[in-house]
Amino acid sequence: MQLSSADVLKVAKLARLHISEADVQPTTAQLARIVEMVQQLDNVPTEGIEPMAHALDVHSVLRPDHRLPSLDRQAALSNAPQRDQECFRVPPVMGHDH
Amino acid sequence: MKLEELSALDLGRKIAGRTLSSREVVAYFLERIARFNSSITAFSQVCADLALEKADQIDRQIASGMAMGPLAGVPIAIKDILCTREMRTTCGSRMLENFVAPYDATSVEKMERAGLVTLGKTNMDEFAMGASTETSIFGATHNPWSLERTAGGSSGGSAAALAAGMTPLSIGTDTGGSIRQPAAFCGVCGLKPTYGRVSRYGLVAFASSLDQIGPLAHRVEDLAACLETIAGHDSRDSTSINAPVPQYTRLINRSISNMRIGVVREQIEHAGLAPEIRSAVNRAMEFLTGLGATIVDIGLPHSRYSIATYYVIAPCEASSNLARYDGAHYGLRADTKSLHGESPLEDMYCHSRSQGFGEEVKRRIMLGTFALSSGYYDAYYRKAQQVRRLIFDDYHRAFEQADVLLGPVTPTTAFRLGERLQDPVQMYLGDLFTVGANLAGIPALAIPAGNDQAGLPLSIQLQGPPLAEEKLLSVAYQLEQALFFQPRTANLS
Amino acid sequence: MTVDAYRQVIGLEVHVQLSTQTKLFCGCSTIFGQPPNTQVCPVCLGLPGSLPVLNQHATQLAIKTGLALNCQIAATTKWDRKNYFYPDLPKGYQISQFDQPICYEGFLDFADPNDEKALRRVRIIRAHLEEDAGKSMHDEAAGRADSRIDLNRTGTPLLEIVSYPDMHSPDEAKGYLTELKLLLTYLGVSDCNMQEGSLRVDANVNLHIESAGRTIATPIVEVKNMNSFRAVERALVYEVDRQFAEWKKTGREKGQAPKQTRGWDDVTGVTLPQREKEESSDYRYFPDPDLVPLKIEKSQIESASNALPQLPSQLRAWLQTEHGLKPYDADVIVSQGSHLVEYFQTAVAAGAPAKRISSWIQQDVLRALKERGIEISALPVPATKLASLVNAIESGEIDTSRAKEVFYFWMENPSSDLVAARSALGISSVDRGEIEEVCRQLLDENPQVVAQVLEGNAKGLGSLIGLAKKKNPNADPKLVRELCQQMIESRRTSS
Ligand SMILES: [Mg+2]
Ligand SMILES: [Zn+2]
Repeated sequence: MQLSSADVLKVAKLARLHISEADVQPTTAQLARIVEMVQQLDNVPTEGIEPMAHALDVHSVLRPDHRLPSLDRQAALSNAPQRDQECFRVPPVMGHDH
Repeated sequence: MKLEELSALDLGRKIAGRTLSSREVVAYFLERIARFNSSITAFSQVCADLALEKADQIDRQIASGMAMGPLAGVPIAIKDILCTREMRTTCGSRMLENFVAPYDATSVEKMERAGLVTLGKTNMDEFAMGASTETSIFGATHNPWSLERTAGGSSGGSAAALAAGMTPLSIGTDTGGSIRQPAAFCGVCGLKPTYGRVSRYGLVAFASSLDQIGPLAHRVEDLAACLETIAGHDSRDSTSINAPVPQYTRLINRSISNMRIGVVREQIEHAGLAPEIRSAVNRAMEFLTGLGATIVDIGLPHSRYSIATYYVIAPCEASSNLARYDGAHYGLRADTKSLHGESPLEDMYCHSRSQGFGEEVKRRIMLGTFALSSGYYDAYYRKAQQVRRLIFDDYHRAFEQADVLLGPVTPTTAFRLGERLQDPVQMYLGDLFTVGANLAGIPALAIPAGNDQAGLPLSIQLQGPPLAEEKLLSVAYQLEQALFFQPRTANLS
Repeated sequence: MTVDAYRQVIGLEVHVQLSTQTKLFCGCSTIFGQPPNTQVCPVCLGLPGSLPVLNQHATQLAIKTGLALNCQIAATTKWDRKNYFYPDLPKGYQISQFDQPICYEGFLDFADPNDEKALRRVRIIRAHLEEDAGKSMHDEAAGRADSRIDLNRTGTPLLEIVSYPDMHSPDEAKGYLTELKLLLTYLGVSDCNMQEGSLRVDANVNLHIESAGRTIATPIVEVKNMNSFRAVERALVYEVDRQFAEWKKTGREKGQAPKQTRGWDDVTGVTLPQREKEESSDYRYFPDPDLVPLKIEKSQIESASNALPQLPSQLRAWLQTEHGLKPYDADVIVSQGSHLVEYFQTAVAAGAPAKRISSWIQQDVLRALKERGIEISALPVPATKLASLVNAIESGEIDTSRAKEVFYFWMENPSSDLVAARSALGISSVDRGEIEEVCRQLLDENPQVVAQVLEGNAKGLGSLIGLAKKKNPNADPKLVRELCQQMIESRRTSS
C-alpha cells in the first residue's frame, strides 16, 4: 500500500498529535519510506505461525489481594500541571463514556 | 592516581580496604564531570551534593565495620530513563523536563542497597528512540574519542561518561541495541541481559516487550558485578524471571575450552560490514580457537527481516506506552487558552503532545498508531509478531549447535553527528545486528576489540541463549584478558 | 394501510465491580467514598515506569461468576490494551480482554415476565475482566470551567458481562437484570450497589420490523447512563417509539448508519445523542506486553465449581419440589437473598410446616424487617423460635391472631420465651365448655345474626367471632366459628 496524506491526518488525530498543514506532506513522505521498508515482511511466509507477543515463556503471574500503602496525596498530585488540594484539573470534559 | 583507569571492582576494593575513601573517589569523578561534561554532554543532570553525602555515609559505614558489597562506595551514572525519587527523570524529553517520580525504580533501589553512589543521570535519545543521542533536549552526546562523532544511542550518555573517565560504571537500557551500540562506539563493555533478568519496574517504557536494563563498564568483571547487583526477580514486574541470580563474578574465570562458538554467516558476510570490524571478529575467532573452543558456522535466515520486524513492534508498543503523556496528570501541558477549538480538552492533548515530543518520537508514535489501526493490524503488527517468532526459532536452533554466537555489534564505527539525522531509515539500518537479541529476548554483550586506523573503537558482540549471561561473561573475560585490553578512556584535555 | 409489526431486540452489557480488597493491577484499596486521590499509587496513576501485576482474587471471582452463568472458562486468557484518550484514564489505555475473555458462551435463565411458570433464557456472549476508569467532575465554581479528576476508582476490577441480543421487551431486560443482580449477590462477588456504580448497564437496542414481506433491522443504538433498573426499563420503552418514528422518517436500516451512542436523561425521560467522534471506535487493541497470559487449570475450575453456593434458580426449584411452595412464594423468599432462605430452612428443619413458615416470612417477618430497616440476621426472632410458635398454632395451643401478638412481643422482648409471652399478653388456654358458654350467650344476644345464617348468609358469623374475642380474648376464632355454626344448625332442626 501507499501511505497517503489522509492516512497521516487520520493517524495524527488518533494519536492526538497536531500537524501543521505545511508538515503534512513531508511527514507523509517520511512515514511512507518507513512503511515501505517494513513492507518487506510481506515476503515472509507466515501461515500458521503463532504470533509472538512476549519474549518469555512465563504465565499466570499473580498477586495476592493484599492492600499496600497508597501514595500520599500531595505526592500523587506533585507533578500535575494543574491541580487543587484534592484533584487533578483539566479543561472541561464533555459527557462521553467508554 | 588515575582513578578512571581502575575497574569499578578495584575501586570498591580500595574503598573497602580504606586506602581510598568513597568521598575521594566520588569527588574525583565529579571533578572530571565538571571538567569534561560541557564538551561531551554525557550527563543531563549531576547531583554532586547528594553523591558526596552518600559517599560520606558509605565511608562511615565502612569505618564502623559494617559488611558491604564489593561495589559499596563506587560511583555510578544512571540513564535518565530510570525513575529516581531524588532527581528528575526526563527521558531526554521536553515532555518530562520537570518530572520527578515519587518512587525509585527497582534497579535503583538495588544499587542503593549495594552502596553504589549515583553521580547523576546520563543523556539519551528522547524516550530511548534513536541511535545517536541527537534527539535529546540536552543536545547530542559527543564521542570522547572523536568529538564530532556520535557516542551512539540511545544510552550514549552512559557509554560516553565511561569513555571520558567521568564514571567507573554506568547503567543503560537496551530496546534494540541501545546499550551495545553506544558501548561499541565508545570502546567500552555493555551487556543487555536476558529479557526479564532485571526488573523493568521504574524503567520508563519505550517498547515493553523489548526493553531491558543493563550495565556498561570498562571491564567485563565490572559488568558481572553490576549485573549481580541489579538482576533478580521482582514481584512488581510480571515479566520478571523467577530464577536465582548466579554469582557472575565467581563464574567469570571458567575455562571456555569446550565451548562451541557460532559465527553468524549473515552477519560476517554482510556487504555493509566495515572490513576492520570483520577483521576484529576474525581475530576473536582465532583467539578462541586457540583456547580450545570450536567454531561453528551458524545461519539465522530470518535475521534480514529483524529491522522491519523491530520497526513495527517497537513503534506499536511505543504508541501505546507514550499515550500517557497527554498533559493531564504530569508532564508538559501546552498553554491552549488562546485557542478556541471545538474542545479545550482535545486542544490540550494535541498541543501538549506536539510540543512535548520531538520529531523522532512523534514519527514512531504515528508509525505505531498506524500499524495498530483498524484494517492494518493484521498486515503489520500481527505479521511482525509472526516473523518475530521465526527469528526467535532461528536463535533457538542456533543454540542447539553453539553455546555462544560471535559477531559484530554495528556495521560501522561511530558515524558523524548530523550524518543520519535527516534519514531515519538509514539510522534504523544501523541496528541490524543488535535488534535480534531484543526480539528473541536473549542476552547479548558488546566488548571493545581495539581501535581502527582512525582511532575509533571497534567492537564485537556475543549473544547467548536465555539466562546464559555467565557464558557470555566468561567468553568476554577471556577475550579481554588475552587480546584487546587497553585503557578505554579517551585522551581528553 | 397495513400496520407494521415489529419487535425490539435488546442486548445488555453489564459492568460489575468485583468485591476485592485491592485494585485489579495494584495494591491500592477499592473502598468507596474515600477523599479524592488518596487511593492511588504509581501503577494506577499510570506514572512512567510503573507496571501492573494481576490480582489473583479478581480472577477467582470472575471464574466463580462465569461458572454460575453457565460459561466456559478459558484455559488460557490474556490481557489487551484498549487505547483511547480520556482524563480519567491516566495511561491512555484501559487494560481489558479483547479476543480471549476469561469466560465465554453461557446463559442465564429467569422467570418469563409473561408467564410465571415458564423460564426465559438469555445467552451470554462473554464475561471479561477489565480495569475501571476514574471519575471526572465538572466544576463551574468561581468562574472556572474545569473538570476535576479523582483517580481513586481507577483500576478497580470490573467484570463486563455481555449478553446476546436475546431480549425482546423492557420487561425481559428488567427480568434478566434482576436475576443477574440476585445471582451476583448470592455469589458474593459484588455488592451490586448501583448508586455507588458497582453495577452499570449499557443496552444495545434496535427494532426488527416486518414490512412488505421482509424483516428490516433498524440501526443499533447503544444507550448509556442508566442508573437504575427502572431507568433501563424507561429508556428501552422510550427507544421503541423513538426508533420506530426514526425509521418511518428516514427508512434507514442497520448498516446504513454507524452505531449511535445515546445517553439516558432520567429527568426529562429521553435519550440524547452523545457527541460522536469518528475515530472513537478505533481502540487499537493489542496484547499488553507488560502482562503475561493467565492459564487456568481444569482442577481449579472444578474446585471453583464445587465451591459454588446454591444459586437462586436451584433454590426456587428446591422450595417448590421439596417444600411444595408455589412458584410465586418460592420467588419471594429467594429474592430476599440467601440469609432469608437459610432462615426458612432452619425453621422448617425445626419441624414447622413449610407453607406456614413461608406465609409467616412473607407477611410478618418481611414487614418487621422493612419497618426496622434491618437484615434478617438482626431479627430478634430467630428461625427456631418462629418454628416453635408455628408449631404451637399447629397443635392448637394458640390461635394465629394471638400468635402474631406473641411474634411482635418477641420483637420487643427478644429474650422472652413462649410461656413468658403468653403470660405477659394474658394468653391462657380455655376449655371447650367455657367457649361453648360464650357462644350460647352470643347467639341469644344476636338473634338477627342467627336468622341471617339460617337464611344461608354465613357472613354474620364473622361478627360473632369479633364479639367472642371481646368476651374472652383467648377464644380461638376457628373454634368459635365451628361451635356457633353447630349451635345454629341445631336450632334450625329443633325449631
Ligand atoms: Mg468494557
Ligand atoms: Zn494503585
